[in-house]
Amino acid sequence: MAEAAIPGSGSAASASVRQAVPDVNAPIWRNALFVAPYLFFFLTLLVVPLFWGVWLSLHKADAFGIGRFVGLDNYFRLFRDKIFLQVIGNTFYFVLLTVPALAVIGLLLALALNRNARTAAALRAVYFASSVLSVTIVTLIWRTVFIGNFGLLATVYGWFGATAPAFLSDPKLAMIGIAIATVWWCIGLPMMLFLSALQQVPREIYEAASLDNASRWGTLWHITLPSIRRTFVLVIIIEIVLQFQLFGQAWLMTKGGPNNASKPIVLYIYEATFIKWDLGLGAAASEILFILIMIAALAQYFISRRKGEEG
Amino acid sequence: MSSVSSGMIGRSTGDRIVLALTIGMAIVMMAPIAWVVALSLKDNKELMTDMNSVFHAPYTIQNYINILATSSVFRWILNSVIVSGVLTILTLVLSSLAGYGFARLNFPFRNALFVLVLLGLAVPEQAVLIARHQLFSWLKFHNTYHGLILPGLAAPFGVFLMTQYFRAIPRELDEAALLDNASRFKIFWKVLLPLTLPAQATLGIFTFLSSWNDYFWPLISGTKKEMYTLTIGIASTQTNFAQSEGLGFLMSQAVFAGAPILILYLFFQKYIVTAVSGAAVR
Repeated sequence: MAEAAIPGSGSAASASVRQAVPDVNAPIWRNALFVAPYLFFFLTLLVVPLFWGVWLSLHKADAFGIGRFVGLDNYFRLFRDKIFLQVIGNTFYFVLLTVPALAVIGLLLALALNRNARTAAALRAVYFASSVLSVTIVTLIWRTVFIGNFGLLATVYGWFGATAPAFLSDPKLAMIGIAIATVWWCIGLPMMLFLSALQQVPREIYEAASLDNASRWGTLWHITLPSIRRTFVLVIIIEIVLQFQLFGQAWLMTKGGPNNASKPIVLYIYEATFIKWDLGLGAAASEILFILIMIAALAQYFISRRKGEEG
Repeated sequence: MSSVSSGMIGRSTGDRIVLALTIGMAIVMMAPIAWVVALSLKDNKELMTDMNSVFHAPYTIQNYINILATSSVFRWILNSVIVSGVLTILTLVLSSLAGYGFARLNFPFRNALFVLVLLGLAVPEQAVLIARHQLFSWLKFHNTYHGLILPGLAAPFGVFLMTQYFRAIPRELDEAALLDNASRFKIFWKVLLPLTLPAQATLGIFTFLSSWNDYFWPLISGTKKEMYTLTIGIASTQTNFAQSEGLGFLMSQAVFAGAPILILYLFFQKYIVTAVSGAAVR
């Protein structure tokens, strides 16, 4: 990054430059031309839609346009809707299933594969490979694993004369099935984040520990894990925000069923908006999701800061 | 040598167990992919009578020949290439210009605007999707290439990344050029831009990959079959999943769609990993 060769000129030379071109850092409108093209898209396609979404959520709106102002009515409708309360529960359940698993498995893989050997490099590549696939391919793969009579799971169970658990059709197991596919798909990122954190732990600490004849467990427990605590929190935040937005896996694997058992918030938003065309309700549900994601990220942020102060 | 066990001689039993476990888990992890590939190489009729036939010959490439003859998969790949390619190029252009502007130039409200862009990083897609969809309906942008491309241009990540990158380049470089009376654009183009190539690669790969794999926006905007991206097209074939007479064909489409990105991954593994983890941390 900063490898670029700096010409021989020292600080004296640059000071004289500032004198020669006195208004070089004055605010000029013409300079804004560089940022204007991006800002145009940013404002029209992100900022305006963000506020427009809030506006929509306060109106009765359908495919034909925005109707009358209804205040918070859409939000009241949401919280009277048992299915909406259920999808919030489902989403939290899914986050609880996936985020700790991703963080712990990611950390264990990183600890195991944090070495320069060829095998370790190859294994890292294997574990990350699924992350580059699209959600549709991931779900296609996992449906052929889980599906009743011709799935991989059913075939393997069949060898032992057993019946495989019906991951996608049993309401108790549907979310777990989706969570397994998700962990399989997403494990590469936490592993890589932990690996890069492990690389940054200063070697001298380990050398000192080995001089002290510290055991391997002792080194892991007292040196390695405390040094990557920040990354652990970071991984948790990133994954909470990502997994809160579960959509494709649920939509493609179970359509949210059976009986809404695996329907997450985003799927509720999708159905309300683009199938029932109840735009006001969908917009209100989007705002709730937005708030939930913000709370999750903020909570994690403050928890990590307090822990940092104590330690 | 290994960095954790650097003080140790040779490989301990513990190391061997860990290695065996990680290899075993990697095999389990790859099993579903192998299963899909195996299914894609089997005749449908044979699969219907006995699933265990997957594990022995005869294998056939008939399903792949059928793709070439009948499937819309080529159209979808073309759509994905156009959408992801154009989006990536435009993102690189817009982000580089804006990154230079925010990092090096002064203009009214610069800091406020930059903070606004940073806040944009925290906005999840769902919070803007419905309004965007409505806007595009009014503009009649749905089922067009620009309708699929434009929303990606608003993503703040590229601007954030490029601004950081330009800030890390020593200012003496621009100042020397300013002394030669070079224009701001010339400094950007000739002096600084070539230094940002690593960041361009990171941003380009990340943008291309996430656009290629994007599912939500193409699902609601490109609803006509001929405007499907590959991701949506493959999903659309999954609806007749239960009628498993087409299982081998379905699997061959999945392999056909997944293979290019996995092959690219094999070649550009290092860049892809850097790009994806860099984007997550921001």
